[in-house]
Amino acid sequence: MNLDCKHVWEHISEYIDKTVDAELRKDIELHLEHCEICSAILDSTRNILILTADDRTFELPVGYSKRLHQRLKDEIEKSKHEPPVGEAK
Amino acid sequence: MGTMDTNEAGLIARILAGEKELFHDLIRPYERMVYLTLLAIVKNETEAEDGAQEAVISAYRHLASFRGDAKFSTWLTSIAINQGRKRLRKAKGAAEESIEEEADSHVGDFTPAPLTDWREIPLEALERKELREALRAAVAELPDIYRQVFVLRDLEEQNIEETAEALGINPGTVKVRLHRARIMLQKCLVPFLKTTAPARRGFFGRAL
Repeated sequence: MNLDCKHVWEHISEYIDKTVDAELRKDIELHLEHCEICSAILDSTRNILILTADDRTFELPVGYSKRLHQRLKDEIEKSKHEPPVGEAK
Repeated sequence: MGTMDTNEAGLIARILAGEKELFHDLIRPYERMVYLTLLAIVKNETEAEDGAQEAVISAYRHLASFRGDAKFSTWLTSIAINQGRKRLRKAKGAAEESIEEEADSHVGDFTPAPLTDWREIPLEALERKELREALRAAVAELPDIYRQVFVLRDLEEQNIEETAEALGINPGTVKVRLHRARIMLQKCLVPFLKTTAPARRGFFGRAL
């Protein structure tokens, strides 16, 4: 089947996640072969996802981990005077 | 990795049996995830960090109620989401609680932006700091329901089912919101790329 661009855009997210069925996938690939616009949209969307998953894009606050474990340590210390975690009272 | 899950189940059993310090090890792989989940909801770094600490403490206190039938990460994400929502309610007041439902009827234009130069932009362009900043800003600007799905799925790389379970929505809704979020981001970043990164090799040689 010949897909138009709009149809391809509607499925672009599922195409990236590889959750479109085999037939549709083939049609999309056929379309991408000759459509520069859709290929560029696909590439740009994919690149945004690569960038999103890159740890340097969304960084944790400096010292976050240290503060978290200190807080946890205090909590564990406190709970030592209580029965083991989860034990019904 | 299968061994990791076994380790995790083993860790949990030992913590519940009294080796409480092991909770540090259990939580370590998920610290980042907990923070990002909070940030996606409260959109403020300080609030997100406080919330992340609260969520981790809460997970520690309620570990016994974790049932092995869900993944630990999903269970923990749910706690983080609840913590985030609680903070949001507190900050905004109960009046705005219904905001979430409203947002899904965002009948927007979910059409990607065309660009013809992208394929000539070398991969190094992704290394640019400005692009990361633009992406962070664009994610922060997404309507809440789209941002939350996007963060769990594409930032934390949880799958569709896990994302659905953690947010308490169905997988079909996750897919629709994810699609919209991705398209909105694509649209947001394309103009940015066009103005700051013309597809000319020389530009990158000169920049930075």
